[in-house]
Amino acid sequence: MSGLLATWTSPDQATALPVIVALPLLAGGAVLLLRRHPNLREAASLVGGIALAVAVLGLWPAAGRDLRFELWSWLPGLSFEFALEPLGLLFATLAAVLWPVTTVFSIGYLRGNRETDQTRFYFFVALTIAAAMWIALSANLITLFVGYEIMTLATWPLVVHKGDPDAERGGRTYLVLLLATSVGLLLPAIAWTWLLAGSTDFRPGGLLTGHAGTTVLVVLFTLYLFGIGKAALMPVHRWLPAAMVAPTPVSALLHAVAVVKAGVFTVLKVAVYVFGLDTLDVSGAARPMMWVAAVTLLTAGVIAVRSDNLKRRLAYSTVSQLAYIVLAATLARDVAIAGGALHMVAHAIAKITLFMCAGAIYVTARKTRVGELDGLGRTMPWTFGAFLVASVSIIGLPPVGGMWSKWLLLMGAAEADQLVMMLVLLVGSMLALAYLMPIPVRAFFRPPPVAPLHGEASPALVGPPVLTAIGCAALFLVAEAVITPLSGIPELSGIVELP
Amino acid sequence: MTVQLPFVQVLLPLLGAPLCALLRSRVAAWLLFLLAALGSLGCAVLLAQRVATAGTQRYSVGGWTAPVGIEFVIDDFNTPVLLLVSLIAAVVAVFSHRSLAAEVAAKRVPLVYACLCLVLAGMLGIAVTGDAFNAFVFLEIMSLASYALIAMGRRRRALLAAFRYLVVGSVGAVFVLIGIGLAYAVTGTLNMADLAQRLGGLHGNRALYAAVVFVLVGLAVKMAVFPLHAWLPDAYAQAPSAVGVLLSATATKVAIYALLRFAFTVFGATLVFGVMPVGRIGALLAVLAMLIGSAVACFQTDLKYLLAWSSIAQIGYIVAGISLATTAGVSAAYLHVINHAVTKAALFAAAGLLVLRLGSARLDDLAGFGRRMPWTFAAVVVAGLGLVGVPPTAGFVSKWALATALLERGQWPVLAAMLVSSLLALVYVGRIVEVGWFREPSLVTVMNRPPVSMVAAIWFLVLLSVYFGLDATLPSSLADAAAAALLRNGG
Amino acid sequence: MIGSHYVYWLTFALMMIGLYVVISHGNLIKKLIGLSLFQVAVFLFYISLGKVDGGTAPIITEGTQTYSHPLPHVLILTAIVVGVATLAVGLALVVRLFESYGSLEEDEILQRDISDRDTTDRDGVAS
Repeated sequence: MSGLLATWTSPDQATALPVIVALPLLAGGAVLLLRRHPNLREAASLVGGIALAVAVLGLWPAAGRDLRFELWSWLPGLSFEFALEPLGLLFATLAAVLWPVTTVFSIGYLRGNRETDQTRFYFFVALTIAAAMWIALSANLITLFVGYEIMTLATWPLVVHKGDPDAERGGRTYLVLLLATSVGLLLPAIAWTWLLAGSTDFRPGGLLTGHAGTTVLVVLFTLYLFGIGKAALMPVHRWLPAAMVAPTPVSALLHAVAVVKAGVFTVLKVAVYVFGLDTLDVSGAARPMMWVAAVTLLTAGVIAVRSDNLKRRLAYSTVSQLAYIVLAATLARDVAIAGGALHMVAHAIAKITLFMCAGAIYVTARKTRVGELDGLGRTMPWTFGAFLVASVSIIGLPPVGGMWSKWLLLMGAAEADQLVMMLVLLVGSMLALAYLMPIPVRAFFRPPPVAPLHGEASPALVGPPVLTAIGCAALFLVAEAVITPLSGIPELSGIVELP
Repeated sequence: MTVQLPFVQVLLPLLGAPLCALLRSRVAAWLLFLLAALGSLGCAVLLAQRVATAGTQRYSVGGWTAPVGIEFVIDDFNTPVLLLVSLIAAVVAVFSHRSLAAEVAAKRVPLVYACLCLVLAGMLGIAVTGDAFNAFVFLEIMSLASYALIAMGRRRRALLAAFRYLVVGSVGAVFVLIGIGLAYAVTGTLNMADLAQRLGGLHGNRALYAAVVFVLVGLAVKMAVFPLHAWLPDAYAQAPSAVGVLLSATATKVAIYALLRFAFTVFGATLVFGVMPVGRIGALLAVLAMLIGSAVACFQTDLKYLLAWSSIAQIGYIVAGISLATTAGVSAAYLHVINHAVTKAALFAAAGLLVLRLGSARLDDLAGFGRRMPWTFAAVVVAGLGLVGVPPTAGFVSKWALATALLERGQWPVLAAMLVSSLLALVYVGRIVEVGWFREPSLVTVMNRPPVSMVAAIWFLVLLSVYFGLDATLPSSLADAAAAALLRNGG
Repeated sequence: MIGSHYVYWLTFALMMIGLYVVISHGNLIKKLIGLSLFQVAVFLFYISLGKVDGGTAPIITEGTQTYSHPLPHVLILTAIVVGVATLAVGLALVVRLFESYGSLEEDEILQRDISDRDTTDRDGVAS
């Protein structure tokens, strides 16, 4: 096995990269073929997920090597190409490991809820994961853009899964906002970059370095950050709450595994490889967007505090937490970027836990509002235990993984002499405390209004969140190992060790 | 034999026409049209090969040498048009067998095929000819046959559509004739290469300016450039479905080809775009076409009308590329000609299938068709995304090419209009999707098995558009070679 | 200026009259008449291009020194054929329009077309 992997990942023949993108596609094909046998179909999805996770983890030893695989040339001078690089490896690992976990949960949720069209669901999830792998391994902007759009299109059937007028409305907002930003802003930004630099390759040190003046850099950076609608900066964040009409496993997938992470991943990639941290820092091109990120961070936190619907509260919490990562990119410091990358991981694991808990609560207790959760913790201790751990991680308190990313972000802001931003980060955490903590507190300490008729959620529903909650805690210990590969990026070689 | 290929290219469909009309058998006429289209496709492939290996091919019709005789010229610039037109014609031939049988009275079907042969001959003729007057004649052969074809539509409104197209189209054709006449008056020749040579030293001649204006305006009518587009929606939407597929994919495209030929090789880019403000006017009209075409498409209640209005916007993209008069711009326009032809043909073909199975293409009658016909729905969605320009469809490639060409010249307003138009395209494609997927299916739909031939034709076009989106090297190298050939001649 | 080029002025005047008739008249037959006038004016324009002062018809017999340029005549023969074909197709369409709408006025036809759409929601496929 290791011998096989070694030949796959040799620099001159990096076959592992296209295989990783193809694996979820194969799983999707198997899902379609096995549509008449639900058990086999879900087994195929699960096996595909585990195989993908193993394959991606197998790439970690090769992290430092320059793996490239050119698929085919698309236009003269532009080709679809994959390359392995540390940020992408982190994102790919995240999506690949969380996919099988979500699959287990989806099986419990869809069956528990008697949802229709389950084959379609599993197929498009597999397609979304394939798009995520494509994005993670892209070697240039054009390749990334194609994966980005395919992901938008592949998730739309998931968002409108229910097919009722509400889903239609939510799906419309989702698609229009994401496509409008990407076609209207991101595409011209990429075309402009191509004209300026003569290439769209991600280049360490910045593709645009030396090719553009400050004004152009400011405009381009703004185009990129609003164009990457999946990163949900205000005012283009509205697709995220709109997409809440989807079944909960889809929300988990959108918020944690694939879509929003693809957005912030692209933001980090653009900051590091297209602009270059030094160029961003010297020109100050990221300054205006830093404020947009800060405003998003705080506003979304306030909206989350004021939302009673559990899923809506979690959605705005996501918007706020994503702004942390965007803020990290705009700070243009190596520590901040490392913090952003780590926050991508920490938030993913924590937020998927929260969504799976929300889904378990919905399926078991049919409750959707925060106000209805009083006393539920006594009958569903595991679910709310997992919820508590994940909440602590999002807020950024020890001893869970979320603490380190917030720490690195604060360090980055301090290094960039942005005292206001340090304050914003701290207030953001306070808001997180205010919108998340009341939920487990109510569930555990308030008495239930009526005696509940149900017990703990079924194992398929409660197992995955407990597992990811343990992951949150484990991240506290392994955070340093997670960000170590990042030091392979020249500009990030000096990232400090965690205390 | 191979020397005669340029002539055979036009002769095959031209011979097919009277045979179709005389045979009076539906199947025989269909076979003839299919053979003519496939034969043309074969010819086009062979010619493309010869051009690639041996350079430009010249053929003197009837042995009369140019400049007195009529000359056919095959070069890098028209081989893609030949390939495109004959390929679409072959696909339409496959598609039309069942579609026409359902939409046109049986006794008229052979005549429809005769006209289709004539349209094909006219389009191929425009592409191959190197003689300005001959181009006019082929333009009229194509147009006259298409007026007759549109009149075969199943509603009486089709007659009015055909009549209006006839009046506007004839005026446009006569404009072209006046322009050619003026150019002839100035130079005394009708051969395009000869014209180009003699016009070189004549800048500043007012008759020449008038010639340029007349030819360009006349061709703009045939291209349906805004504001000369009024004939198009009715004509394409009322024509029988198979005819709609052919015309929407190729008729305006051939006019675009003729315009490029006249503007760049005959009159020369320095005259048309340097001395005269054609580039600026073209950019303005392109912006208006992109915005108004897409906006009106959003409010249509009939799928075919929606697609037709979208065509007007898409022609705006092409005009925007041409008006730049740079290699990148012309190449992008040419690329969009190819990509849009394939995409729009797929959509009109899908609309034709819907008419066959649901009895109408009105959006109200299409409610819920996506749940009953998931494959047709998927085809419509994929091709529709091509109109929006989302990867991995062909529309994205041409949008990318056009965006970079516009950026290169700093044409920000045009770029902005193009992006707004793409988003409007998202709205109208979204309307189709919402009607097809979320509305409750109406109960009175007539369901029968879809004919394999029609489904095959639709999916061939859809997959071709996806292929051109994923691997754009083939169309873009053709477009680049064409643009290079064009600007080399004109420079 | 006008004196030496009076033929051109005349043909262009005729052209504009034809175009005006096409645009201004709602009657389909009159539109076709205008279209024909327009076309014929262009034919005259072409023919006048080929005229050489003092030239005879381009039939070369003994003693012919100057003759008109024959090429425009040949071209216009073709163009006349095209014009006749256009007129034929146009008249055929007018006949069928009259058969199905019972009118030759464009606005009346449009009126009937709209009322048709209100009454028949769906139209069946021709058998």
